[in-house]
Amino acid sequence: MTALGSANRGVRDAGPSGWLAFPALVFFLAFAVVPLIGVVFLSFTSWNGLGEIRLDGLSSWTTVLTDPVTGNALVVTAKIMLFSFIVQAPISLLLGVFTAGGQKYRAALAVLYFLPLLLSSAAVAIAFKALLDPNFGLGPGFNLPILAQDWLGNSDLVLFVVVFVIAWQFVPFHTLIYQGGVRQIPTSLYEAAEIDGAGRFRQFWNITLPQLKYTIITSSTLMVVGSLAYFDLIFVLTGGGPGYSTRLLPLHMYLTGFKANDMGAASALGVILVVIGLGLALILQRLGGKNRNASQLEGA
Amino acid sequence: MASTTQLPVPPAPSTGSITAAPVTRTKGPGRLRPNLLGGVGGWLWLAIIIVPIYYVVITSFKNQAGFFTSNPMLPATEPTLDNYKLVLENNFVRYFTNSLIVTLGTVLPALLVSFMAAYAIVRGKGRFLSLTNNLFLLGLAIPLHATIIPIYWMITRAHMYDTLLALILPSVAFAIPVSVLILSNFMRDVPNELFESMRLDGCSDWAMMWRLALPMTKPAVITVGIYNALHVWNGFLFPLILTQSPATRVLPLSLWTFQGEFSVNIPAILASVVLATLPLLVVYVVARRQLLSGLTAGFSK
Repeated sequence: MTALGSANRGVRDAGPSGWLAFPALVFFLAFAVVPLIGVVFLSFTSWNGLGEIRLDGLSSWTTVLTDPVTGNALVVTAKIMLFSFIVQAPISLLLGVFTAGGQKYRAALAVLYFLPLLLSSAAVAIAFKALLDPNFGLGPGFNLPILAQDWLGNSDLVLFVVVFVIAWQFVPFHTLIYQGGVRQIPTSLYEAAEIDGAGRFRQFWNITLPQLKYTIITSSTLMVVGSLAYFDLIFVLTGGGPGYSTRLLPLHMYLTGFKANDMGAASALGVILVVIGLGLALILQRLGGKNRNASQLEGA
Repeated sequence: MASTTQLPVPPAPSTGSITAAPVTRTKGPGRLRPNLLGGVGGWLWLAIIIVPIYYVVITSFKNQAGFFTSNPMLPATEPTLDNYKLVLENNFVRYFTNSLIVTLGTVLPALLVSFMAAYAIVRGKGRFLSLTNNLFLLGLAIPLHATIIPIYWMITRAHMYDTLLALILPSVAFAIPVSVLILSNFMRDVPNELFESMRLDGCSDWAMMWRLALPMTKPAVITVGIYNALHVWNGFLFPLILTQSPATRVLPLSLWTFQGEFSVNIPAILASVVLATLPLLVVYVVARRQLLSGLTAGFSK
């Protein structure tokens, strides 16, 4: 028996040919890996986007690193990342738990919750630009002067408005992830808790939250790494303004490259973006790994 | 090995159908008790979601005079379709067709190559495949949009600037990492015995891929297709930097240019938002269950 088994294994071990992965690899190398190397290379050149590319040593890096706008863009990026995580994570988690419940009306609400998923960032930005207009939007609509602020023109407010619009657009997606996670929690756990007389809050705290651990890690990773890509929404909504108050790193890169025609400096900003993204992903993965070990110890 | 660079995606505990899950859940005792706090929060969030959508829809039916004089939150007293007419007369069908070509042209090849790669990675052996897998996983962590400048350079050098192919090629590449991740997560759950028994029946790897792996991972294939389609259909950055003329304009970019051209005509701009969203809304109404359960299944695993 064992001899036959291992013979079979020998046949199976060959497995499908690695060539099957080749087309995907070629695409990825050509349009992701090569550009990734290219962005590092271009950061040591000067290029206006049309003419020829000239090697230019560290001058792009000097420009970028001494420009106060770069530091400002980093701060804006960090703020938007942090605030949108603080806003989105709890709302998505609670809505996910809420919509996973069996009640009919919750299913009906869920159908409507996911509508923002259908809109493009450009559409969301244009809709909110009109809605937030102090003269023809929310304020006069509800007859509440407090809603008639110059939401997008006031540099003290605009960052929070941007965070709100980002939440409006992306909470539905994360709600969906949490909803799926909650539905995978075995019902027997709740039945046992019910018998033990645990209330709703304790059930949430002692069953739902720990069981959602991996979902929380997945969703948080997507949220944080994804916030480096909030380019299009902010581009259309505020264009980075007023002043530089919402000019986050990807937008700063785009404007430097395609509006100020300094592709060298924009490439240096691109490299910074890559490094930040990679660093964040590694940190989050480390955090996730630690949690995983901790829970295994608890279980033992 | 692969696990050292893998994003923290939960290990899949069960292969149970996601769509069936809620049915079993409702049987849980006490799960249907009314939850006052949750209810209030739920309705509040509904209001937050609906108010902007409601505003966009009612405003799109107002004429310009009505927009400036009426209450912004009340429907038009004399609803008009002029705004929609204006948008349709401004090449809407062209932009819609472009979006459709780019979306299908991206999603179908991306699905095909990602599925083949996921199959090879899960079923195959060797350094080449594990390196490939690690490379794709790395692609998940890197904000690939940081590479738009070299992509712009490559596309102009290849004389593809301002073509639909310029949008399709990088979009396929960007779709591969997440597609391979989701597909291979599902593929690992297909029991080995099934492959071995097909092998004993003399099936080749190529045949097993289509006759066993594909049917067994159908939910994941649908998920990946939907997820990529949403991304590409709504994508803005590539069209912004890689196309220029109305002939290659896609819907999201057309909203932006329309906004520039008709900056004072807010009702018309909002009508363009409604029209651009309408195709996906139709898909959502027709295939909502498939769409939502697909997305849930892919990311909650």
